[in-house]
Amino acid sequence: MAESAIDTVGLRKEFERNVAVADLSLSVGRGEVFGFLGPNGAGKTTSLKLLIGLVEPTAGSGTVLGAPLGERDVRARIGFLPEHFRFHDCLTASELLDLHGRLLGVRAPVLALRRTALLARVGLEEAANRPLRTYSKGMLQRVGLAQALLGNPDLVFLDEPTSGLDPLGRVLVREIIEELRANGTTVFLNSHLLGEVEATCDRVAFVKRGRIVHELVLAEMQSGLDVEIRVADADAALVEGLSEFGSDAKLEGGLVRLRVAHERGLPAIARWLASRNADLYELKCRRKTLEEWFIEVMGEDQGPG
Amino acid sequence: MRGTLTIARLTWLEARRRKIALAAVICGLVFLAVFATTAFFAHRSVVQGVVDVVGQRVMFRMLFQVGLYVVNFLVVACAILLSVDTLSGEMSSGVIQTLASKPIDRSAIVLGKWLTYWLMTGAYLTLMAGGVMLCVWAAAGFVAPHVPSALLLMWLGATAMLGVTILGGTQLTTIANGIVAFAFYGIAFIGGWVEQIATVVRNDAVRYIGTTISLVSPADAMYRRAAHELQPSAALDVQLTPFTPLAVPTVAMIVWTLAFVVVTLLLAIRTFRHRPL
Repeated sequence: MAESAIDTVGLRKEFERNVAVADLSLSVGRGEVFGFLGPNGAGKTTSLKLLIGLVEPTAGSGTVLGAPLGERDVRARIGFLPEHFRFHDCLTASELLDLHGRLLGVRAPVLALRRTALLARVGLEEAANRPLRTYSKGMLQRVGLAQALLGNPDLVFLDEPTSGLDPLGRVLVREIIEELRANGTTVFLNSHLLGEVEATCDRVAFVKRGRIVHELVLAEMQSGLDVEIRVADADAALVEGLSEFGSDAKLEGGLVRLRVAHERGLPAIARWLASRNADLYELKCRRKTLEEWFIEVMGEDQGPG
Repeated sequence: MRGTLTIARLTWLEARRRKIALAAVICGLVFLAVFATTAFFAHRSVVQGVVDVVGQRVMFRMLFQVGLYVVNFLVVACAILLSVDTLSGEMSSGVIQTLASKPIDRSAIVLGKWLTYWLMTGAYLTLMAGGVMLCVWAAAGFVAPHVPSALLLMWLGATAMLGVTILGGTQLTTIANGIVAFAFYGIAFIGGWVEQIATVVRNDAVRYIGTTISLVSPADAMYRRAAHELQPSAALDVQLTPFTPLAVPTVAMIVWTLAFVVVTLLLAIRTFRHRPL
């Protein structure tokens, strides 16, 4: 993996007797689009705030873009879209971006150019001089996104960036994330919308009760297939033979199930069954979705948040 | 410095756009209109010969002191109400998160807000006290002595309350902060009266209690010192009105209040720096 954009070891945050984050040990590579998944109350937002320096850890340590957590100067290279995207609603979008640009230390001529370009990018150029209190939820989210990108950051934290957006808005966010990836910007995406995560992220971590319980490279997930075969008189010998084509082969209710690395393996399975004169009734395959991974990783003890 | 000035500008923009500054000015002008009307009728009673020369002096000095007393209360209330929601409200709504995630020290957020409200409080005091003085001058030709130092003392008292409210806002909800801030001013008010009573009854133990209360909450002490400064020397001997300060806070109390302002501000910065946002 390339040099890390985020590295944490044993990060912990307690609020009085509540443990919000139990043990966050995490590494995110530079240029990676990283998804942070978990049910409500799992500690996702607190973890994100720990990384940005909005919350001080009770224990543990970490670095962001090579600097210790909470260091002031490194924040000039970080963009952040908070979960509830609340801004000073008496300002216009232009004024809001000017304000945040000045706080970032962006020089006025550069700021004017970036402000115009970003407002156009998020489709708000016509509403740029309207007070934010007249904006819809989706418009606020888009201006928040422009605000997060204003400093031309190396690392962007997006906390539920599409929760208030309509489908077109979601496509816009997806495109912007793709542009960030192309520019080598690291994206830390905190989202409940697993479809969005699946479409945009390189890697995801599942967080449960304040600790990471599983990590998944999405490219690997997409290459794996669950195969279900219905043949007459399936027996242990058949299962043993099929296990040569994949992993986790087992016989369940007259069906043979196994996992293969790639769909290219399917014709070979069909040929092998034909060579054994097996009566093949059905051979079907499907990919496990991120939602299924999520449910499996979180376990049955995890109720809705 | 860049961060402080940017936040100060934002705070002023908010106060203007939310019509907070306008509401304060309009209410202030209404008060001044009422005060001017009172001064006008007092003047007419003099012209008509209803009161003699001594009565005229007593009446206008009393009117002046009452006017400044109300101005002081309004300015202190303005300092509290302007700042009561500024940190707690932004923390509870989450607005503060995008500001605090920028490359500025959190002290810039506290100082920027404090600076704007401090200047607004000073401007409000100048408008209101200036209006009262103008009315009394126009009606009776009375010009109080030591006006600049008295105004600075009243501003210092209001600044002490501004510091308390900003400090409260780093830890408390808006409503709790408002209750605490006004209770704190109430304590200062009581402390002042305890000192006044102690002076009348010449009881040192009671005076110590009053002074201790004023040390804890020095806003009212600054008003009493300011009221003392504004009295002509002849009036100080005869104690003309219930608003004439009998227990005059010392220079040491002024120094203490300055230190109080600095300490509350530093505590606010320290608390806010470590506050989870």
